[in-house]
Amino acid sequence: MSWAGPEDIHLSTSLANYLDKKLLVLLRDGRKLMGLLRSFDQFANAVLEGACERVIVGDLYCDIQLGLYVIRGENVVLIGELDLEREELPPHMTRVSEAEIRRAQKAEREATDLKGTMRKRMEFLDLD
Amino acid sequence: MLFFSYFKDLVGKEVTVELKNDLAIRGTLHSVDQYLNIKLENTRVVDQDKYPHMLSVRNCFIRGSVVRYVQLPPEGVDVDLLHDATRREARGG
Repeated sequence: MSWAGPEDIHLSTSLANYLDKKLLVLLRDGRKLMGLLRSFDQFANAVLEGACERVIVGDLYCDIQLGLYVIRGENVVLIGELDLEREELPPHMTRVSEAEIRRAQKAEREATDLKGTMRKRMEFLDLD
Repeated sequence: MLFFSYFKDLVGKEVTVELKNDLAIRGTLHSVDQYLNIKLENTRVVDQDKYPHMLSVRNCFIRGSVVRYVQLPPEGVDVDLLHDATRREARGG
């Protein structure tokens, strides 16, 4: 990625026109970070100011404040520009406290683990 | 550089990008670079219900390294042209 001049900035994949905008950054581990893009480079290393993590479990969500984040580029999946005109989330989703979302997260994880163990035990049945 | 040039010719067309995390995004190809990073405009996620956080994303940058497939418009593939270009590149120019 070359340093785009002012005239071709809109035609390049450079993140320059996302600077100072509110973005959603999807990471490889599935985390969703939101914040203002203050800096980046050709590897998609990025600096987010006022970052928060949006944790979503089913219809519940919570924004956890993180502060200033430097993200190593290799972990970035997608950087999305948030359209401020649009609703960020579907209307049926409810905002809950951090404690509540952590509980929901834990319950979901345990449910998945349980499903995994049950599947393992039933493997001899050759379900697929 | 073959696929880079190839994708550059597809700019402005509607494509679906499937990522390694199974997220599939449809949108207009805005630009592509040497790493095959992709910028899409007017995006919508194919399985919207599963990814509610993507609802308000209109434009996005996708890191080339996480792309699994790019689904192209049917008229977007000129196999003969690609074939010739491949042979030319293999001969070294």
